[in-house]
Amino acid sequence: MTRRIYPFYFVAIVLCFYVVFAVVPSFMGIYLSFTDWNSYAEEINFIGLDNYKTIFSSDENYIHGINNTVIFTISTIVLKTVIGLLLAILVNSGIKLKSFHRVIIFMPAIIPMLVVGIIFKSILHPEYGLINEALRAIGLSQLTQHWLTDADWAFKSIIAVDVWKGAGYIMVILLAGLQAISHSYYEAADIDGASAWQKFRFITIPLLMPTLTVTTVLNLLYGLKVFETVFVLTNGGPGYETEVVYTQVFSQFTLGSYGVGTALITVLFVTMTVMGYFSIKLMSREESNE
Amino acid sequence: MMENKLIKNSSQNIAIWIISIIAIIPILLIVINAVKTAPEASSMNFDFPSTLQFNNFMTVIEKGKLVISFFNSFMYSGISSILCTLASAMAAYVLARNKTRFNRFLYLFIVMGIALPLNYFTLIDVMKWTNLINTRAGIIVIYMVTQIPFSVFILYGFMRGVPRELDEAALIDGCGPKRLFFSVIFPMLQPAAVTVLILSFLNTWNEFVLPLYYLNSADKWPMTLAVYNFFGQFEQSWNLVSADIILTIMPVVIIYLLGQRFIITGMTSGSVKG
Repeated sequence: MTRRIYPFYFVAIVLCFYVVFAVVPSFMGIYLSFTDWNSYAEEINFIGLDNYKTIFSSDENYIHGINNTVIFTISTIVLKTVIGLLLAILVNSGIKLKSFHRVIIFMPAIIPMLVVGIIFKSILHPEYGLINEALRAIGLSQLTQHWLTDADWAFKSIIAVDVWKGAGYIMVILLAGLQAISHSYYEAADIDGASAWQKFRFITIPLLMPTLTVTTVLNLLYGLKVFETVFVLTNGGPGYETEVVYTQVFSQFTLGSYGVGTALITVLFVTMTVMGYFSIKLMSREESNE
Repeated sequence: MMENKLIKNSSQNIAIWIISIIAIIPILLIVINAVKTAPEASSMNFDFPSTLQFNNFMTVIEKGKLVISFFNSFMYSGISSILCTLASAMAAYVLARNKTRFNRFLYLFIVMGIALPLNYFTLIDVMKWTNLINTRAGIIVIYMVTQIPFSVFILYGFMRGVPRELDEAALIDGCGPKRLFFSVIFPMLQPAAVTVLILSFLNTWNEFVLPLYYLNSADKWPMTLAVYNFFGQFEQSWNLVSADIILTIMPVVIIYLLGQRFIITGMTSGSVKG
């Protein structure tokens, strides 16, 4: 009976497209990352681990891109979680016009990153940008910076823009998590005379843990794939200062050296498959615990 | 005590207003500068425009060839998200109902795609084999594929709320699987299906990396790529760039404001079980 009302071809449609256009290219990539594949020569030769040696050699700049990607991922996870949690608690604390504020604060999340990047190129402009103008207007002109072209500031600015865009999204998820916590815990704690900090530390945080796991996984997967933010704001500059893995992949693509590019993606592919696997395990364990 | 509470309340309200303003300022900046003249907008700020230049929008539509780009974006996002929603719902229905070992594996295998990075290099070869390279259909197919894992995830979760008795009743009434799915199950899945449809529409509308890699002819560009190139050409004319940006984000903002209930449930479902 199950075979008759739950036919396999219902799954097969999705599965075919997914395998052909997402899974097959990834595995082909693993194979081709051991070759000198490029856009000029027809012939493809097996060159062993050379592409990986190039990526992990200190003469090249790829390690810097990998480092930046890791720094970006960790700092956006921390900042978006902390800011998102503070915002969620604030929105949840009986303020007026709650849903209005939620709609506004979530808004940056639905605007294309490309557009956000263009807008912030104007806002962060050293001469006429809104931030430097504002700093000058309140007499703090010594704090003005070349936000996107100064090597000390460029990557921090990129992270800040990304946090501006993403914190609202994390807030909305954490807010839903907060609202799912039963009031009776807080009432019991009030009777026992618990302080606000104790309630936060011993009720909110433990009960919010599953939701925090989810936001961390989302931020992690997003952070490792970062491309548009960097591409639009600095395109890896000044020099190669703000390169991340995906901007380097794109450079390899335009240069036509597909072997190195596909090796870079393969490094990401392996990392993300392992992390994705453990994240799903982690989340489905929490699911079955409930 | 009363006074303390009052201070706490008003400081919270002030804080949330400041945050909302920080979130909305860049968008307001664009709106205000889109109706300025070029010299007025040369330094993007909040000075009010002397006259409202609504013809900026006409200029942009003409110079940026936005009619065709708008049509392209609409087609890419519309078709791919409709197909993705339908196909994912069918898969989620069978995977959630017939939980064999193999189907559980398939579910995890598909959902893992949320983490999977696309390999832009080898994908070219696959697109060549399937004759999809540099075509509109190619972009639609890949957009659909990128949205499948998350869609299956949401719809699969929602299937738990659809009673199994429905299947049995329909079976006794002599329904085949297609009729059972389309006239009984799919209508029940509607809230989740709307969410998936909206989310995949927004995601694909906002995407620009894939066309950046693959589309070399300007008449196939979506809005996002058109804006990017327009920005490259008219970097000094912030009024026009702003107008172009508004036209690009307008559909997204309208869909967001109308469907925000669905968007928020979709984005939080799976992460929170109330």
